[in-house]
Formats: sequence, C-alpha cells, structure tokens
Amino acid sequence: MGYRLPCGVRFPTTLTPFSSPEADAALLPLQEDSLGALTVYVIPETSPLLPQGVGVYVGKHRSAVMRCPQGPGDVLAAVSARVQQIVQAMSFTTDSITAALSDRVPMDQLGTDTRRPFKSSLGYEITFSLLNPDPKSHDVHWDIEAAVSGYVQPFLDKLGSVANFSVDSQILYYAVLGVSPRFDKASSSFILSALSLPHVINPVEARLGSSATSLYPVLNFLLYVPERIHSPLYIQDKDGAAVGTNAFHSPRWGGIMVYNVDHPAPDKALLPLRVDVDMVRVMEVFLAQLRLLFGISQVPLPEEFLLESPGNKGLTDWELDRLLWTRTVENIATVSTTLTSLAQLLDKIGNIVIKDDVASEVYHAVASAQTAMLELASGHLGSAFQASKEAVISSERAFFDPSLLHLLYFPDDQKFPARDSLSV
Amino acid sequence: LLFSCLVFLKGVGTVERKNLSEDQAEQFFRSGHTNNWAVLVCTSRFWFNYRHVANTLSVYRSVKRLGIPDSHIVLMLADDMACNPRNPKPATVFSHKNMELNVYGDDVEVDYRSYEVTVENFLRVLTGRIPPSTPRSKRLLSDDRSNILIYMTGHGGNGFLKFQDSEEITNVELADAFEQMWQKRRYNELLFIIDTCQGASMYERFYSPNIMALASSQVGEDSLSHQPDLGIGVHLMDRYTFYVLEFLEEIHPASQTNMNDLFQVCPRSLCVSTPGHRTDLFQRDPQNVLITDFFGSVRKVEITTETVALDPNLVGLETRVPNDEMATEPLKYAEQLPVAQIIHQKPKQKDWHPPGGFILGLWALIIMVFFKTYGIKHMKYIF
Repeated sequence: MGYRLPCGVRFPTTLTPFSSPEADAALLPLQEDSLGALTVYVIPETSPLLPQGVGVYVGKHRSAVMRCPQGPGDVLAAVSARVQQIVQAMSFTTDSITAALSDRVPMDQLGTDTRRPFKSSLGYEITFSLLNPDPKSHDVHWDIEAAVSGYVQPFLDKLGSVANFSVDSQILYYAVLGVSPRFDKASSSFILSALSLPHVINPVEARLGSSATSLYPVLNFLLYVPERIHSPLYIQDKDGAAVGTNAFHSPRWGGIMVYNVDHPAPDKALLPLRVDVDMVRVMEVFLAQLRLLFGISQVPLPEEFLLESPGNKGLTDWELDRLLWTRTVENIATVSTTLTSLAQLLDKIGNIVIKDDVASEVYHAVASAQTAMLELASGHLGSAFQASKEAVISSERAFFDPSLLHLLYFPDDQKFPARDSLSV
Repeated sequence: LLFSCLVFLKGVGTVERKNLSEDQAEQFFRSGHTNNWAVLVCTSRFWFNYRHVANTLSVYRSVKRLGIPDSHIVLMLADDMACNPRNPKPATVFSHKNMELNVYGDDVEVDYRSYEVTVENFLRVLTGRIPPSTPRSKRLLSDDRSNILIYMTGHGGNGFLKFQDSEEITNVELADAFEQMWQKRRYNELLFIIDTCQGASMYERFYSPNIMALASSQVGEDSLSHQPDLGIGVHLMDRYTFYVLEFLEEIHPASQTNMNDLFQVCPRSLCVSTPGHRTDLFQRDPQNVLITDFFGSVRKVEITTETVALDPNLVGLETRVPNDEMATEPLKYAEQLPVAQIIHQKPKQKDWHPPGGFILGLWALIIMVFFKTYGIKHMKYIF
C-alpha cells in the first residue's frame, strides 16, 4: 500500500467554488484506484475547499483531502502524523488485525465488535422475511424484488470479490414474536423492553426455514408488522428510551425491524387494511445492520474528520479495503492452523493414507498461502486476497476430506484391548 | 445523588437499578457464544433399552423447549421405540410411569436413525469429515462461537461406550475427536453429559480446552434405571436423566440458574450411583455459567442505532403501479364432501342377490346333520 502526496494541487478556477464531493469525483480519474491504494491530497491551510473546522475530508473512493497543518515546527512531521492518522482510519490498525485473529486470542481481551461479524466464509445466504401475524387486519405488500435489486444488490456486487451471495425472501403469516409487549400508558403504545429482546428470536427461527437448504452461513432480516391490537409497537433500549430505528440485530444472525402501520379511526377502517411498506426506510436499516454484521463498522475518528456517506452503494471503496485487509489476514491464519492441525494428525497416526487429490490440495494451499503473504508484503491487496481465498478453499477441502477420519486407520488404543485388560 | 433522587421519586428505581446491575452482570459473565448446537445420541437398540431412547428424547424436548431449533440439533436414535411392534401405545415414548409425559410429541426430527447411528458417523458429525452428499440436517455446522451440548446414553464400561451392540467408542477416540474440533475451532464451549454405567471414565481423557463434562456414575459404579411402567413392561428412564429432566422442567429461557445447580442434581441418595463432573478444562467458573448457555439458545442482541442514508431518486426503479385489484368474490373451497346430502338421504334400496356359496354350504351341512341324527325317514315329509 503506498501513498502519494501531490502537495498544493491547483484546481481549475470556476465561478462557483468546488465542494469536496465534487472535487473527489473530479480527481478520481487521476488516482491509482486499485484495491488497497490510498491517495491523500494536501491543500493549503486557507483553501475554501473544505468547510470551516474540518481538517480532513475522507471521500467515497480511495482518497482523502487534508489541510496542511499550520503552526510552528516541522511542517513535514505534522503532515506525516496526520497522514498516519488518515491511513489508519482508512486501511488497518494493529487492533483490527488482532481482531481478525480473534479465535486465537484469549477471550477476555476482545470486545463485542469481534463477535458480531460473520467469520470469513466463501458464501452467504441472505433472507428477507416479512412477518405478518395478523393477516385479518393487515394486507401487507412489499416490493422486495425492486428493493433488493435497487439497494441491496449494488452493495453485494461491491462485495462480490469477497464471497458469493444468494438472496431470497419470504412472507410468513401468523408468525408471532415470542414475547408479549407491555402497554405503556404514558405514550399509549406498546413497548418491547431491551431485556425481552433476546427471547424474541427463538420462536420465530424455527419457522424461517432458510437454513435448511444452504451450507453457507445465513443472515436473516425480519420485518415485523405488529398486530392491530398491539399497535403501535416500539422498542426501548436499556435506558428506557425509544429506539429511532425501531430495530435490533443479533451478532452473527441478522436483524429484526418493527414496522408500525397507521390505523385510521376504528369506525372508518375497512379490514383488512392495505399496507404498502416503505422499502426505502426499511432498507436503510437493513443495510446498516448488514454492514455491522460484515464487520464494516464506523471507525472512531478525530473530530476534524469529515466522512462522506457511502450513498446508495452502502459501502465506500476504502471500507471495502479495510474489510479485505482483515479478511486476508484471517484467511492466511486459518490456512496455517488448518494445515498445522492436519500435519499433527498425520504425525499421530502413522499409517494414514493420503489420497492424491488431498495431497494436491495441500500443495496448492501452501503455495497460495505463500503467494498471499508475498503479495501482502508488497501491498497488492487484490491479488493477496484472491490468493488467500484459494488457499482457504484448498485447505478446507483437504482437512475435511472424508477419508481422513482417524478412526479408519485403527488408532493405537484400539489395537490391543486384550493386553490392556490383562495388564489390569 | 441527584440521579438516585430522581429515580426514587419516579418510582421506577428498582427497575433501573436492576437494568444497571444486569448490564454489569452481562459484562462479567457473558460466555461469548452466539449460537447453540446440540448433539444427542442414543446408542442402544432393542426394546428393553427403551429407557435410553426416552433419556435422549427428554433431553431433546428440554433443549427444544428452551429455544434451540431443529436445524441446530443433531438427534441420533439407534432404534425406534415409538413405532416398535412391542409398544402398546404406538407413536409415544413415555418418561414417567403411568404414561404421564410423552416425550415423543408431534415434531420430533430424528437425523440419524437406526443403523445409521455408528461410531464412524458420530465421529464424522463431530469432526466435520462428512461426505459431500450429506444433507444439511445431518451436519454439525458449528463455528468458533458455538456452544455445543453433547449428550450420550447407552451401555458403557470403563473407558468405552457401546454402539448398537456391535461396536464401541473409546474415551481416547472421543478425546481425539474433541481435539480435532478444537483445532478447527468448531466450538466455543462444550458441555458433555453422559448417562451410562461407569460414565466418568469417558471424560477422563479429555485434553482440549473449554470442555465441561458431567457423568451419571463413577468408575466401578453402575447407573441404575428408574421406574418400570407395568403397562409398557420396561424401565422408562434412567435415574440420572430422570432427575435432570425434572430439573430442566423448572428452567425457562430467562432463568439465571447456573451449572453448580446442575452438579447437585441426583445425589447419591436418589441415584444410588455418584454423579461426577469435570471442570478443570473450562475457562469460566461454573458459578457463572448459565444453564441456558448450553441447553437454550438465548441470543445476544444489540439495538441498531445507525442507518445508511439512501437516495431513492438515484435508483432506476420503475415505480410499479399497484394493480387495483377488482373486488373479486372471496374464493371458497368446492364442496369436497357433500355432508348435507349424506345426512339427509334415504337408505339405499339394496338389490336382492341369491345366497352365496358359503350360505348354501352351511345350510346343506345343517340339513345333513339333522337327517343323520334323526334318520332318513323324515325326508319324505320335506319332499
């Protein structure tokens, strides 16, 4: 990963001043836009390009714009320090690499952030479910296909190099939550407190059904339209405040959002009430949960940083890079432990038979892992990630080959039962 | 101070303080798992081993009740008791005498049945070295954040457990399988429960971290069965699992009961054998391990606080005009069975048929016997 510092780039003067997003877009063709690359532009302290009080602007692609820090002393050192900050925010830090190796680190040193995202896997299945417990009152329609192709698919396409995704959706009728909500007189609405949320998922999970078909990890996103007698339904957090998104998620599982429906006055209501779900609102929440479940969380940044929002793609290029850095490291670590474990197994059982295809998978895994490490060292993120992925595929195939079951090779303890009982 | 005053005045003080302390409790004791799996194995066949199937099914029932779905349970039953020809009450498996509790229920999903329950398949499930054609329901797809409950029951001895009356699994093999699981990080924490004779010998050889083990009896002791049911004719449950089942019936998904209570289940006075447990490989203190960490599936949740800003105008969506469905008549099922007609119809006139061969033969026999007994002279009065 390299960074260039074209200091003092002059922008073409026009009558209207450029804004930072426009500048970002205009500069895009000038950059080396490959995976893992990062371009930092340093502009004069007094430039109007960045708003007041903002020291650094981080764009949607792989570039950042920073003001030359003013002040006495070594300007170059100050610039370098700030560039260091930017680089750490936009690519990786020691902490994020340690988190990628989380299953080899003792448990108490980790926070929830490491347990939330899914482990690196070759594919994921995403299921969107609409739960309608009260079809007599609500006739719910959601245009999920359009929403998926408009909002979710671009996000998944961007992550296409990371894994294969399959998306499906379903509508479940008469699926109730496991918990009865409490009625709160103060707000005349129904409340699900934070303590009862963990028990909501289990009764529904058995009916979701998607995990019966796929070997990949499944992410479930549920949209719950509460029953008429339990409307409106709000989720409260631990402090008793209502949650803005009315949604919650579970690490490594998925998310649930409660969608309240406006009911007209009882005497005018014509049941069932037709409900057209506002997919934009719903997808905003689901995409946020999807990002969290993939480990693309907001990085804590110093105050003067201004982050450009990722827009409809849901993911900025540099966030993708962050993910790829950690995933590559995770993959290489997994390959090394898998192959070490396999070697130990072979040492233990001397007469195990290694088939030719298992042997070739092992060779391929070792070669790919070495390539991945070389590519990482020279900063080529794209090829490093691909090599690490191939290494993982090969090593898993070798390790989990059905012919390697130790039982099949008469372990030592089973060879001499008569002798054992005689010696007792 | 001000906060506590306000809290006191509001009258919701206890709730808020409980929330705070629960929060703190969560910080200290959380186990770090995000999903739960269960592998429940019954290794005996034949009708007189009814109790082993009942043992396994009662653990299955508790685990399902506390939240683990079928997709996360691998249930292996070596024989079919519910539909066994010798079962006087088919489709049931009882755990309490007088047929009080049917643990078979309506939605039992058995993944490995009958002759599929072998040592090889069991080890394949644990280590993941499964042929690619195996369906998903027969796989243990756990990851490094899975807590797994493994329950085994059957006939065992010092260092082995008998499968199907024809093969055995040794404690060394089991320990090696767990080590293979650990090296591939196929579990976060593992709870191993075994209810057989000399059950403690099966966990002696474990050497992988994060394993807690319970057994129904020590080496040299037999695990005894509980009650026979005179109607069914066999012993219904083993003592240890019977008392574990009673203990688990008190647990609900939100309960805070910990493992120390499970260790106290079935003391020697009730069980005759001495249950044992092993916690030296386990990182956390059993006091802090909830029963629901293994038997249930209480998920950690987090509130979603952020959203992604989406701009619907950028999306090239054709706004599909929702079709205003014309008011159609509500659809009805066609009359499958014309009940009204059947009730009110008159009985059908049956056509007369001459008597069949059987009736004729019967009458011929009666007449011959009559004449044999009373003599042929009566014949002339007939004809």
